[in-house]
Amino acid sequence: MNDLGTNILIWVIHAVLLTVVLLTAFAYTTLLERKVLGRIQSRYGPNRAGPFGLLQPLADGIKLIFKEELTPAGVDRFTFLLAPVLAAVPAVVVFAVIPMGGKANFFGTDIHLTLAPNLNVGILFVLAITSVSVYGIVLAGWASNSKYSMMGSLRSTAQMISYELAMGLSLVALVVVAGTLDLNAIVDQQKELWFVFLQPVGAVIFMLAALAEVNRAPFDLPEAEQELTAGYHTEYSGMKFALFFMAEYIKMSVIAGLAITFFFGGYREPLPLFITRALPVLSVDNTPWLGPVYFSIKVVVLLFVQIWVRATLPRLRYDQLMRLGWKVMLPITLAWVMVTAFVVLLRS
Amino acid sequence: MTVEVIIFGILALIAIAAAALMLLTRNAVHSAIFLVVVMSSLAVLFLGLSAPFIAMVQIAVYAGAIMVLFLFVIMLLGAERIGARDMVSWHIPMAIVLAVAVLLLGGYVLLTNPAVAVVDLPTEQIVQGSAEAIGQSLFSGYLFPFEATSILLLVAMVGAVVLTRKEKKSS
Repeated sequence: MNDLGTNILIWVIHAVLLTVVLLTAFAYTTLLERKVLGRIQSRYGPNRAGPFGLLQPLADGIKLIFKEELTPAGVDRFTFLLAPVLAAVPAVVVFAVIPMGGKANFFGTDIHLTLAPNLNVGILFVLAITSVSVYGIVLAGWASNSKYSMMGSLRSTAQMISYELAMGLSLVALVVVAGTLDLNAIVDQQKELWFVFLQPVGAVIFMLAALAEVNRAPFDLPEAEQELTAGYHTEYSGMKFALFFMAEYIKMSVIAGLAITFFFGGYREPLPLFITRALPVLSVDNTPWLGPVYFSIKVVVLLFVQIWVRATLPRLRYDQLMRLGWKVMLPITLAWVMVTAFVVLLRS
Repeated sequence: MTVEVIIFGILALIAIAAAALMLLTRNAVHSAIFLVVVMSSLAVLFLGLSAPFIAMVQIAVYAGAIMVLFLFVIMLLGAERIGARDMVSWHIPMAIVLAVAVLLLGGYVLLTNPAVAVVDLPTEQIVQGSAEAIGQSLFSGYLFPFEATSILLLVAMVGAVVLTRKEKKSS
């Protein structure tokens, strides 16, 4: 019983710590985005609050807390309050299964650096949570009693459902290669060769579908400001708006973390083999606490790529979006799954 | 064992409460939300029964895909508010009769045959809840029903597309 108590305490501390780290990461992702966008567009980006604008997220947060919380007339109060929560929670929950390291020794206790390690339905868990995360947006649009919100949420739902298919199928090909649904095992298999080299098509499709899944540019039609004001969160203000904002930016980290786990070697060192052979200390097998460090570095790189994409590509039209999803990505992924299965069968 | 019983009790209470609220609320969108709660708690119950695959599929398919479809239909048809006059007068008495009948039947079976209530699964059956085991049996023993189901779903899908397609006018 005492052992169980200690374990529960460790889990709670681990979970709280992870959430705090994620919230901080969210704040600084917004700053990173504004800085990078600024630089790409020959601007400086925010640089007034603190050195290099590093206190800008704090200033934004304080501003949002002191904003008036408006509840427009004619909204469905229960759903209006529930929607931001339903949007933000799934984004954080996915991080429970994303591997961030192996076992490490803290004060004489072996602690696994992943919150829920070796879940034997890991990929299914990720897919289940992403399929639930659509509710926040659907309900926000419906509850707001506004046509802009409603249009935004309808678009968003159609988009998420369409791209979930391609995303799921690209993971099917990955599972065929890896032979397991366990995310930690998938990372372990990429010790020598990242799966992106075995699954180049799968990796590209996954990244594109994931961008569409979280409504990021160039797939940000649900909040296309020129047409829909702000889409599904038009009527939200103050901290309720901040929750939607948080969901979007944490989801950026989620897709970065998932792409890393599936295709870019997870928390394993992003170094060629000869370096880790010469300096074994740099390998996560010998220094487990380097896992989260390597993981964070890779996440920042992929976040930068996402911001870069947003700064470079124009938004798709809605018919182009649907055509891309159903007529291009779905057939390519289906063919890719068959090719992968065939090759795996031939080699076994 | 006691921890499992406590978790089961909490989840069962949540599921029953959400089911009751689903029936009692006047707003169809609220009903849909409560149905999602029921399905999610069922998924966690499956986890407690060492069936992680079924649990995840329960969330992804029922709570995720099917309920989103329901919500879509409710929202697009504007059927979210059912007025009192739309209720058919014999609904409530009929529902009460049916509920009492089901309760009596279930209670009779449980009281006369207690073995139905508590089943200790042998260990080898518990292991079969994994994704590998389900995949194995789907693609070997149950291959024909599996493929037949997929063809059935495909036919339904093609049918829906054909029925909703508008004839192009030759101008």
